[in-house]
Amino acid sequence: MKILVCISHVPDTTSKINFTNGDAEFDTNGVQFVINANDEYALTRAIWFKEKQGATVTVVNVGGADTEPTLRKALAIGADEAIRVNAVPTDGLFVAKQLAEVVKNGGYDLVLAGKESLDYNGGMVPGMLAAILGYDFINSCEGIEVDGTAVKAIRQIDGGKETISGKLPVVIGGQKGLVDEKDLRIPNMRGIMAARTKALTVLEPVGADVATKAVKFEKPAAKSACKMIAPDNLDELINLLHNEAKVI
Amino acid sequence: MSVLIYAESAEGKFKKVALELASYAKKVADSLGTTVTAVTVNASDVSELGKYGVDKVLKVSSDKLNTFNAKAYADVIKQAAQKEGAKLVVLSSSTDSLYAAPAVAIGLNAGFASNVIALPESTAPFVVKRTGFSNKAFNFTEISSDVKVIALGKNSFGLVEASGAATAEDFAPSLNDADFSLKVEGVEKVSGKVTIADADVVVSGGRGMKGPENWGMLEDLAEVLGAALACSKPVSDVGWRSHEEHVGQTGKPVAANLYIAVGISGAIQHIAGVNSSKVKVVINTDPEAPFFKVADYGIVGDAFQVLPQLVEKLKEFKAKNA
Ligand SMILES: Cc1cc2nc3c(=O)[nH]c(=O)nc-3n(C[C@H](O)[C@H](O)[C@H](O)COP(=O)(O)OP(=O)(O)OC[C@H]3O[C@@H](n4cnc5c(N)ncnc54)[C@H](O)[C@@H]3O)c2cc1C
Repeated sequence: MKILVCISHVPDTTSKINFTNGDAEFDTNGVQFVINANDEYALTRAIWFKEKQGATVTVVNVGGADTEPTLRKALAIGADEAIRVNAVPTDGLFVAKQLAEVVKNGGYDLVLAGKESLDYNGGMVPGMLAAILGYDFINSCEGIEVDGTAVKAIRQIDGGKETISGKLPVVIGGQKGLVDEKDLRIPNMRGIMAARTKALTVLEPVGADVATKAVKFEKPAAKSACKMIAPDNLDELINLLHNEAKVI
Repeated sequence: MSVLIYAESAEGKFKKVALELASYAKKVADSLGTTVTAVTVNASDVSELGKYGVDKVLKVSSDKLNTFNAKAYADVIKQAAQKEGAKLVVLSSSTDSLYAAPAVAIGLNAGFASNVIALPESTAPFVVKRTGFSNKAFNFTEISSDVKVIALGKNSFGLVEASGAATAEDFAPSLNDADFSLKVEGVEKVSGKVTIADADVVVSGGRGMKGPENWGMLEDLAEVLGAALACSKPVSDVGWRSHEEHVGQTGKPVAANLYIAVGISGAIQHIAGVNSSKVKVVINTDPEAPFFKVADYGIVGDAFQVLPQLVEKLKEFKAKNA
């Protein structure tokens, strides 16, 4: 089985978010970038397939050269090879079109991605990728098994879960649950050394229209201070929730 | 040019998000000088949509669509948009709608923006305000394609009644077999409980609750408030509660009217997922807990003492205000 894992290079969750250039651009100064958390679950699951059932795992990112350390980390965790499409991602559609090209040329059977990236939170790339390719798509996936070409997946739905069956090829929008938390891997020395010799191929992007563009950013207005209520004065809390906040 | 919404229903009844979409679309349509059409799937009585500004309802009825199927539903929405010549398609941010939305956008050659939280900043160029960076910033996105698809964040606009009545029309989109290549084998729903996605009030517990055996107190609080139960990530990681209830950046987003966090420190990843809730109440023994910085009302106190009293007081309040 040929597995492609789409890796988004995102600010570490504790990063301070700032903007430059008249609030028109995200300020990457001092920001630590990591593998998007949802993609990490997908990557770990892919490596599980490789070890337990036999598969090759390729990771791909659409981004500038600055994203290579993130791809190297994915290689250190156990991916076999990496591809970087050399373009600064402009919008989800652009990224999906680049990824579709990689999937078509590489003949991947299983494409794993995170259900959303934790920076722009668009949640659009995996679904668009599947739609462009005409592949089936399973979103919010928290469990996947493959037997030959048969796929069984568990998808989170509002208020429960759903079991779905289908056939490869398929695109997965994955999340927590794809693997146990304790099975997430931290690159070890051996992995890091091995990653250095693994192939990281750089491809040039295909021309693609851009349909959306972030024109401006804004930070939320400063919050007014929290009203503190004494633990023995719960009537006051109920009063505030009823009369001031009007939520009960 | 009309604006099209996909009005979600369950067991024939419209979800609140559907009425919120209608309210929002009506306002946008007014500013564009056009009308609102809704497409519905297996909803029988569609009159309610008219009260929130929908002019026309395309009613799709098909047993094949009894369970949600993203590919087929995307096809339905796409064909409805094409039939109406809709330039703007508005979907909700429910799990199902977000599942179908990217395929709708590809099908219509449209740009797509999710997490939209306000009326367009401008309609020419078309610019919408969205949340991003895990709720740490807003992002104004311009959509330049001819047809545009957006997904509206829950509770970001509210319900606005309009005076009007919707005309209904049967609509039979063509569905092909490829739409049904994925098969739903089974659905496991937690029945009889309010889900996090639908709830206006969410009661959430963290590691400060010490163990699963103490969740009864939170269940009592949830019950008196008609709230859904949630938890922080470590709580579901160690298996005190199911993954289902994990909220935050890597869990479910919560955009409730009232979010009550008990024994949760307020780590940035937790806040990221719940910050778009309108009113936040925090109960924590530690006055330095970061959650107090983003909360509206705070109690420095022991959950084990505060919760039982709060439940009793709320019961009294409910009895008086019933
Ligand atoms: C990439 C990434 C993604 C993450 N995603 C999420 C996410 O989606 N959601 C999430 O929740 N976390 C997430 N986390 C984890 C997050 O960083 C925190 O570890 C987590 O939110 C802490 O949970 P907690 O507040 O329940 O536990 P703790 O940090 O242990 O806090 C427990 C709190 O309970 C209080 N307490 C103790 N006893 C009592 C008592 N008797 N009464 C009242 N209060 C009491 C304590 O004062 C403390 O503030 C993520 C982390 C990473 C790195």
